Amino acid sequence: MKQEVFERRYSSDWEQFEQWISLLSKRRSRADNDPERLQAAGKEFPARYREICHHLALARTRRYSIALQQRLNQLALDGHQQLYRSRTTFLSTLQAFVFREFPATFRRYWRYMLASTLLFYLPAFGMAIAINLQPELVFSFLSPADVSRMEAMYDPQNDVLGRERVSETDWQMFAYYIYNNITIGFQTFAGGLVFGLGSLFYLVFNGLFFGAVATHLTAVGYTSTFWPFVAGHSALELTAICIFGGVGLLIGYAGIAPGRRSRWHAIRYQATNGMPLVYGGVLMLVAAAFVEAFWSSTTWPPVMLKFVVGGALWLLLLLYFLLMGRHES
Amino acid sequence: MIAEARHEGTSERCHSLLDTTYNIATPEGVELRLPVAGIGSRSLAWLIDAIIKAVALTLFSILFGFLGKFGDGIMLLCMFLALWFYNVLFEVLNHGATPGKRALGLRVMNINGTPVGWSASILRNLIRFVDTLPGCYAFGCISVMLSKHFQRLGDLAAGTIVVYKNSPVALSRASKTPPEPVKIPLSLDEQQAIVSFGERASGLNSERAEELALILKPMFPAITKDRLSAYASWLVSGDRTP
Repeated sequence: MKQEVFERRYSSDWEQFEQWISLLSKRRSRADNDPERLQAAGKEFPARYREICHHLALARTRRYSIALQQRLNQLALDGHQQLYRSRTTFLSTLQAFVFREFPATFRRYWRYMLASTLLFYLPAFGMAIAINLQPELVFSFLSPADVSRMEAMYDPQNDVLGRERVSETDWQMFAYYIYNNITIGFQTFAGGLVFGLGSLFYLVFNGLFFGAVATHLTAVGYTSTFWPFVAGHSALELTAICIFGGVGLLIGYAGIAPGRRSRWHAIRYQATNGMPLVYGGVLMLVAAAFVEAFWSSTTWPPVMLKFVVGGALWLLLLLYFLLMGRHES
Repeated sequence: MIAEARHEGTSERCHSLLDTTYNIATPEGVELRLPVAGIGSRSLAWLIDAIIKAVALTLFSILFGFLGKFGDGIMLLCMFLALWFYNVLFEVLNHGATPGKRALGLRVMNINGTPVGWSASILRNLIRFVDTLPGCYAFGCISVMLSKHFQRLGDLAAGTIVVYKNSPVALSRASKTPPEPVKIPLSLDEQQAIVSFGERASGLNSERAEELALILKPMFPAITKDRLSAYASWLVSGDRTP
């Protein structure tokens, strides 16, 4: 069959297919104006798509012109994208994610979560013990400027923290905490790509930093400001950082020991498996920033209440990861 | 017959060696062929996006500057969104293209040819951080140059690929020249080469077209560019005048 005859016979089919594509790829509200055409398009679309794939194959074997091949290639690609795109609603996905997928994935990779938690807290406790034995060790890790800045932030004499902050400052702090925390979290995770070394570094570094600051501030007697301040958001924030680190270790380990997959394939495979943990970590960090900006910085609640809330959050988080979504996973 | 088969095999191999196309095998049994975007156009797209982000953030900072500390907070939120979610939002909601990519006719898609979703887009943009290490996207550039389909590390991890939306060479329909029958038998590949000449002739200057046509002198002693276009026209449409 000459190319022109072929084109003449099928071009109306192709044009109709093009119209269906543009109709189906419109946003729902606009496409609803034309329900009959939409329905017709939906009904016949798969059959027409297969037909166009057939035409493309024919055009190639018969060596029809490149322009025609390109046009059919484009049509088939558009059809492929339309037919095989994933369709789920956002809310149901979110619900299934929070109540099932996130905690289930956490338990599935509990070894990595445990390793990353230890990599964070062991250096922190080590640093705490070292500074307790030899207080000036804090300067080996933090510069004197850092130390005095930290002291200034939590000084009970100073009323920067003690002041009841107006809400516009809280909003500013909320944004700042999100920016800061998620950037640290993402670095901890993405660093895992380099055989887990980046995650390892960020976990240990942040552990040492946290240990040094907390121990030093306790040692100089700022317990009435520092601990009540961090108690509220500590559960969400520290656990989220450990989760990011754990996913980093997961993909790092995939790069070191890919098993029966190729190295890149193994990393990609584990990165996809670990993605729920990254999403969950982001949600936790946003929640932590919210608590930090609007609860931790307030001064009206008694210190005891702050510790109770903080402890309750730790307990809830523990129960969440232990129990949630267990029957379905 | 054997010679013919060998000829076929060679031409297929050359095709895959010379072109930077990425082939997707679909369940329907055809291969979709996509031209993969290289380091140059991707860098340009990145530059355009960077400029857009910088301009937008500058405008926002002027705007929110009037709102005091509350404005500073919003500003930080905007910077955070621009840093981590500018690409994600555009890639997922705008058919795989940020404004910069759209300007250069590029788009991101999954390696299996489906539109890129939230998960893959977030992953490839998170790992952008590693691609920038140790500076100036060095890891990313090395990865693009070494990987088979010009993927940076984020693409490799998320299973995505950056391709040209449409073919970079725009071809017009074969020329309107009245057809002239070809008297000698031609193989399919030879026919296709002549048809391709017909499609491109209008985009070439006449000396170059003549020069290309003269390559066929051993086969057609009286060849000119117009006659070759006429042959192309005949191969496409037969004896009918288009």
